[in-house]
Amino acid sequence: MTDLLKEYVPIVIFLAIATGMAAAMLLASYIVARQKPDSEKLSAYECGFEAFDDARSQFDVRFYLVAILFIIFDLEVAFLFPWAVALGDIGVFGFWSMILFLGILTVGFIYEWRKGALEWE
Amino acid sequence: MNSFVDLLISLPELFLVLTAMGMMVAGVYTSAGKAYTLISNAAVLSLFGAIGLVLFAKTGTTLAFNDLFINDGFAQYIKIILLLAAALVILIGDRAVRKIKIAHFEYPILIIFATIGMMLMVSANDLMSLYVGLELQSLALYVVAALNRDSLRSSEAGLKYFVLGALSSGMLLYGCSLIYGYAGTTSFTGLETAVAGASNISLGLLTGLVFLIVGLAFKVAAVPFHMWTPDVYEGAPTPVTAFFAAAPKVASMALFVRITMGPFQGMADQWQQIIIVLSILSMVLAALAAISQTNIKRLMAYSSIGHAGYALIGLGAGTKQGTTAILIYLAIYIVMVIGTFACILCMKRKGNSVEQINDLAGLGKSHPAIAAALLLFMFSMAGIPPLAGFFGKLYIFLAAIEAELYSLAVIGVLSSVVGSFYYLRIVKVMYFDNLSDELDSVTGKRISVIISLCALTILLFFLSPSLLVDSASTAASVLFEK
Repeated sequence: MTDLLKEYVPIVIFLAIATGMAAAMLLASYIVARQKPDSEKLSAYECGFEAFDDARSQFDVRFYLVAILFIIFDLEVAFLFPWAVALGDIGVFGFWSMILFLGILTVGFIYEWRKGALEWE
Repeated sequence: MNSFVDLLISLPELFLVLTAMGMMVAGVYTSAGKAYTLISNAAVLSLFGAIGLVLFAKTGTTLAFNDLFINDGFAQYIKIILLLAAALVILIGDRAVRKIKIAHFEYPILIIFATIGMMLMVSANDLMSLYVGLELQSLALYVVAALNRDSLRSSEAGLKYFVLGALSSGMLLYGCSLIYGYAGTTSFTGLETAVAGASNISLGLLTGLVFLIVGLAFKVAAVPFHMWTPDVYEGAPTPVTAFFAAAPKVASMALFVRITMGPFQGMADQWQQIIIVLSILSMVLAALAAISQTNIKRLMAYSSIGHAGYALIGLGAGTKQGTTAILIYLAIYIVMVIGTFACILCMKRKGNSVEQINDLAGLGKSHPAIAAALLLFMFSMAGIPPLAGFFGKLYIFLAAIEAELYSLAVIGVLSSVVGSFYYLRIVKVMYFDNLSDELDSVTGKRISVIISLCALTILLFFLSPSLLVDSASTAASVLFEK
């Protein structure tokens, strides 16, 4: 039982450090920084919307487009991390597989760029 | 280089993927006015190129990509049908697409992507690659259904198709996960040994298979999972409806055959009952519900539900003969559907498309050629000899009788008799009703050529049925020689 618990020690340490750092940063900004709150600064900001509002309101479809385009590149990066770590083991085949994947994404990127999906207006 | 050999095995798919991506880039760099013409021509060429690659590929069964992908005679047979259907749909839809202002160059590219998805589906040798292929197909199809985004009905069709497609994919995935949980593998080869080796089939595996069949029944639009079909067929732009009625139907049916006759052949006595029920319900409901339709696209939707029912008879037989009959039926069905939709696409009055059955009144006098072609297709769908549709049904019913499914065959014949009513009604409206406003004359050389080719194929099929029957039986035998 203790052996099992010991395996979780690194996680506990990790949690402690994460909590400590987050607390330190929050506290430091309270203590060190100048505080001049006004109503605009205190209101929550979320993509230009009121944070608490009727959800059934119309909003610009362009947000949706941006979100979709973001997801593509978000996923790309999410794939690149493990690939970069494991590159030594997966060799040439792994390398070219990822290059192919990036190539396909690039085709999509060229398409969306030329279509003007990246421009707000 | 092992991976290089894998690439060669999937050469037709790779070729299409590369050309489709090339077209995407070429499309955005061409001026908006020319892009559609350029890309649709390139798309048709690359689809025919892929047919060539499938035809000249090495025959025999080969596995690739860690056994995720299988290329065999069965897959090749279906792939040729699919590619041909996609190319013909792009060709016959050309004018209509321009007319309803959906001539975006993305349309042919999406058709190609959907076709690639279907090719992956019929070449799947693993539940994972099956699902990826199915989703690639579905995602492209959801978009083309809603291509006419200024039209309320087209958007509705796209949304409806998306929601119900997602539901069916969910069921299919749930089935896959149960199968994986109880059989311990997702590979078809592994599943086959697991099913064949088991002394008694676990209930979990059976439940998984039922969910998988439900998901697939959604895709082939078999009753009671057909609700989306009439609305989507009616709402989608007509060229897109032609594609829906043709290619995805064949691909899903092929996948149905691949799964049930492949890994789950050992459980045939279990799934046969489900297939038989689906088949009877589809045939009967389609025959009865189509009678009251006034819109020809809706009518074709019910007709396609009925045809799915007839094809499922062959699957219900669970024999090699049944599989051969399905393959013959699908090939003939594609020709009839493409021909019929080409005729529907010609239905225009003062330049605007019309799609009510009454609009056909007097067509026999005003446009005898197209009326004759539509008459052939309707007679063929009703199964009147000596047209091709009769042979399609003949082989299916023969297979059912050989498998001693007498009641199924009788119900099939009876519903086919009921069904012939609505096919014949179109003929009656065309030839015996008084001329209403005259329809425009057919424009476009390509569409006339395709209609005549389809009509000739249907008409002259009886001269040498062995051309198709032989290749179908070779393709079917691949699934049984193990």
